[in-house]
Order: sequence, then structure tokens, then C-alpha cells
Amino acid sequence: MPRKSWLGMALIGAALALAPIVVGASLGNAWVRVLDFAALYIMLALGLNIVVGFAGLLDLGYIAFYAVGAYLYALLASPHFGIHWPAWAILPLGAAVAGLFGVLLGAPTLRLRGDYLAIVTLGFGEIIRIFLNNLNTPINITNGPKGIARIDPISVFGQPLSKPVEFLGITFSGVMLYYYLFVVLALGIVFVGIRLQDSRIGRAWVAIREDEIAAKACGINTRNVKLLAFAMGATFGGVSGGLFAGFQEFVSPESFGLMESVMVLCMVVLGGMGHIPGVVLGGLMLTVLPEAFRHGAGPMQQAMFGKVLLDPEALRMLLFGLALIAVMLYRPAGLWPEPRHRRELAK
Amino acid sequence: MTVLLEARGVTKYFGGVQALKDVSLTINAGEIYGLIGPNGAGKTTFFNALTGLYQRDGGEIGFCGAALRLSSPHEVAKAGIARTFQNIRLFANMTARENVMVGRHSRTRAGVVGAVLRDRATRAEEAALRRRADELLRYVGIEHRADDIARHLAYGDQRRLEIARALATDPKLLALDEPAAGMNATETASLKSLIEGLRADGLTVLLIEHDVKLVMGLCDRVAVLDYGEKIAEDVPASVQRNPKVIEAYLGGAA
Ligand SMILES: Nc1ncnc2c1ncn2[C@@H]1O[C@H](COP(=O)(O)OP(=O)(O)OP(=O)(O)O)[C@@H](O)[C@H]1O
Ligand SMILES: [Mg+2]
Repeated sequence: MPRKSWLGMALIGAALALAPIVVGASLGNAWVRVLDFAALYIMLALGLNIVVGFAGLLDLGYIAFYAVGAYLYALLASPHFGIHWPAWAILPLGAAVAGLFGVLLGAPTLRLRGDYLAIVTLGFGEIIRIFLNNLNTPINITNGPKGIARIDPISVFGQPLSKPVEFLGITFSGVMLYYYLFVVLALGIVFVGIRLQDSRIGRAWVAIREDEIAAKACGINTRNVKLLAFAMGATFGGVSGGLFAGFQEFVSPESFGLMESVMVLCMVVLGGMGHIPGVVLGGLMLTVLPEAFRHGAGPMQQAMFGKVLLDPEALRMLLFGLALIAVMLYRPAGLWPEPRHRRELAK
Repeated sequence: MTVLLEARGVTKYFGGVQALKDVSLTINAGEIYGLIGPNGAGKTTFFNALTGLYQRDGGEIGFCGAALRLSSPHEVAKAGIARTFQNIRLFANMTARENVMVGRHSRTRAGVVGAVLRDRATRAEEAALRRRADELLRYVGIEHRADDIARHLAYGDQRRLEIARALATDPKLLALDEPAAGMNATETASLKSLIEGLRADGLTVLLIEHDVKLVMGLCDRVAVLDYGEKIAEDVPASVQRNPKVIEAYLGGAA
């Protein structure tokens, strides 16, 4: 690797390490929490990117895998069943179980493409949510709409991340500790994504996206390779779900609605489908900007008009919609598309 | 002469239309075998039935002395039959090199673990794959376009790239569906020498082509399809004189 990219990586590393300290000191812990969620959503978006961006399979029920990972963690580390497994055991299990669900969803949809596939996956996502909502009778498995509370926080080397730690004279709050864990894992997922993209498997995914019939004629077993894409994407979703459960210490079916799937899809599409840095950017923007807006819109109206004219929440959705339309009209390949697509658009 | 491919009674229906009626033909190893016929005669349908893209409604295909009982295209590719498409089907947003690399999918092994860890075996495979892809691009004469997006290639180069990608599967039989369609005289001439080179290198070629001069100049034997039926099979010179064939073509033109 050339020296310049080492330097770049070192700078990014330093910025990522300092971010929660600076943000925590200047804006408060609520904003560090936003960064935690940004990292979680980036992991989700990177998983969905494998399915939608690489393999070209439009999946509208992706959040179901997040739900599977989250509930698995909740059931295996909470007073609900009185089971308290450690996070390092549950997270890989959650990845595997979510991956299995990915294959189960993928198998019946293999012949579907585009809008048909989108509708079936949308249905699958809803089914999982409805199951979670109703599996409290006759045997109480998921505790229904009330959700599962008092979930064990994630511990690293025996240290629960929810408890603050003193180090080098700085107090690292719980959200800051979670931040570091999530960023390390997100970087791991970025690494895996990059490696996969530039490999025999990644090329096979893109080939299927570009022309499925030609891919078959090239000797690609499209069934297996598509299932692999579903499984890999779901695996990332399952890990993020487990992290989410440990971080929130509470899960309920509400967190896994269609809107969440749509949001993650927006991150992928807005950032730049199939382009990992773009997807990271999309995830970061769509987590941080709406939050900034939520905090900023009320006071700004106060200052400009002397009173709050429009409900910030409604305004936020309105602007979000407008931003989406604008991006799709003027940058149809996303904000940060793959260089080869960008070259295309510049023409 | 050894027989490479033997089709017996291949039949295909589309609803009530019989697109292939009991088509039998034998292709010998090392020859260039032409498949001609008027528009809609069933030539492409025969390719699709051969390569597993369509399910056959009847008939058998023997390949390399064994029955080709494979149903899916990827298995047919692995067995050694590669093809190109009448309306070029490249991976439009991948580079020329990547297109050819995808063609070697069934001859390479790396899985998810190898891709992520990039162990020594995976790196060696990837390097060999790249070398082979560049070799094939040079073979078809477009090595200077290796890093270009397939969609940006000139039409003739796209046809060549599709051939390179098909060659990447290490085929014993290469089936070309109208490779000269839309080419000018110069391009056609160099395509001709490319195909002759393939035969010289020991490959067997099944060629669908409308360009009569090309077919007559290249093929060792020619079969003629008309309304899904084989009406002639012979050396080019006698096929050209066959009254049934003349009738089929004139009938089609009228
Ligand atoms: N997928 C399909 N569904 C229905 N009918 C089809 C299909 N594919 C081909 N046909 C029909 O089968 C017949 C043979 O078509 P085919 O494409 O094999 O002809 P061809 O000999 O390749 O012609 P051309 O020289 O125009 O390429 C035509 O009547 C065509 O309309
Ligand atoms: Mg045809």
C-alpha cells in the first residue's frame, strides 16, 4: 500500500477515535448516542448493500434480520427466560441464525426480480414483525408488543459497556464505550465488504445484477450465489441487531417496521448503490442530519419568526422527502457513486 | 473422426408453436459446423435448448460420448459448451477484464472465506485468473481495452469480448450466435480469421450466421433449419445447391 493511503488511514483512525470525546464535550452525550446509531445503521446498510447494491436483488424486508439478531440477543441475555449468555457467544450465533433466515427467505424468491421480489420481501419483513408481536400466547416467547426489557448490556473483557470508565484522566461514558465497539465492528464489516466485492464471489454477484442469463451461461450457479448474497447480507443485519439489543437494553416489535427497512434502503440508494464508501456516507447522513434537524428546527423557527410555525417532526419528513427527490433527479447514481458510474454521469 | 456432439430428435414447443421438430445433428471434434436458416427458423432456440436455457420437450444430446443430462445452463457451461448471444449480453458495467474473469467462474474455487482472508491459495488463484483473462483479451485482440467498461467498447469489440468470455470457461464446443451481425466487411474479415484461429487451436465451433459468404468460407459442414426442421446437412457447396434450401430462403424472402 502506498504511503499516502497509510497516512489517510491514520488520519481517519484518529478522527474516529477522537470523535466521541470531542462531540461529547461540545454537544453532549445525546449526540454521541446519535453516532452510535450511525455506526449501527452503517453496518445495516453495508449488509443490505450486498443484496441490493452488488447482487441487484431489491429487498424491502431487510430489517427482519436486524429483528432476528436483536430478539435472539434479548432472549438469551435477559431475565425474560433467565438466560444470561455473554455477548461474544450470542452475536456470532445471531449472525448465523439471521444468515439462515436469509437463506429461508431467499430460497422461495429465487425466480423473482425487481418489483415482485420487493413485494415478497416486504411481506416477509412484516411477517417477522407480526410474529414478534403475537408470540406471547399460548407460550410467552417474545413478550408481545410490550417487548423485552432489562436486557444485559454488552460486556467486553468483563466490563459492561453501559458503565463509565476512567482512562487517561478522561471519563468515557457508556455511549462512548459503545461507540468504540460499534466503530470497530463497522470497520470490520467495511473490510469484509471490500474484500468480498473484489473477489470471485463479488464479481459473480455483480454479474447476476448485470445480466442473469449471461451469468448462468458463464457457469455461475445463480441460485447458490444469490442465496449467498441473501445470507451474507442477513448476517450483517443479525450482528447489528444483537448490538442494538445490548445497547438499548430493550427491544420491542415497533423498532422493526417497514419504515426502518425503507430507511436502510434509502441509505444505500442515496449514498451510492454498490459503492461501500458511498453507503457509509449515506448511513451517516441519514442518521445524523434528521437528528440535527429535530434539535435545530424548533429553535431556528423561534429565532426567525418568534414562534414555532411548523412541527419539526413533520417538517423533517417533508425535507427528507424533498432531499430524496432532489438526489434521485440530479444524482441518480447516489451522492458518492462508484467512480466508473460517476464518469458515466459526467458525460 | 470423433463425434463431439450428437443431438437426437431435439424438440421444443412454445405454446402451440413447434419451434424445433425432431432436430438431429452430429458435430465432429475440430470442425466448424454452420447452422443456417431463414429468420425465425429456430436456430437460436436450438442454442437455448442445447445450453440449458430452455427445457427441451424431447430429444437427447450426447456430448463427449456421454448423455448431456444437465438441466441448468451453468452445468452445461461446466461440461464444456460455451456460447455467445445473438443480442450481445455482456456485463455492461464491468470492465472487459472482469467480464472475462467472470467467465472463469466454474473453473475457479474461491469462496467467501478465501475472499475475506485472501489466503495464499486465493491470491494465487486470483493472479492466475487475471493472467488468463488478459491472455484471452489479447487472443481476441482487445487487450488495450482491458480496463474499459464493457458498455463503452465499440460494437465489434463487444462481440470479441463476448467470445473471450465464452473462451474463459475452457469450452470444448463454442457456440456463436450470429457473431458477424452488424459488422462491416473489415470487422467480418478479422472475425473470420479469429474463428479460423480457434479451430487451429483445436476448438470445435458451432456457428449460426446469416452472412452466406462467411458461412461458406468457414464451415466444414452446414445444417439448414426451416420452420424448426432440419432440411439439409452437408458440405457448404452442396447445401448451396440444394433445391429445398433455395426454396426455403426464397420462400422466406417472398
Ligand atoms: N421465448 C420464446 N417464446 C415464444 N416463442 C419463441 C421464443 N423464442 C423463440 N420463439 C419463436 O420460435 C421461433 C424460432 O425462433 P428463433 O429465435 O429460434 O429463430 P432464429 O432462427 O434464431 O431466427 P433469427 O435468424 O431471426 O435469429 C420463432 O417463431 C420465434 O417467434
Ligand atoms: Mg436467432
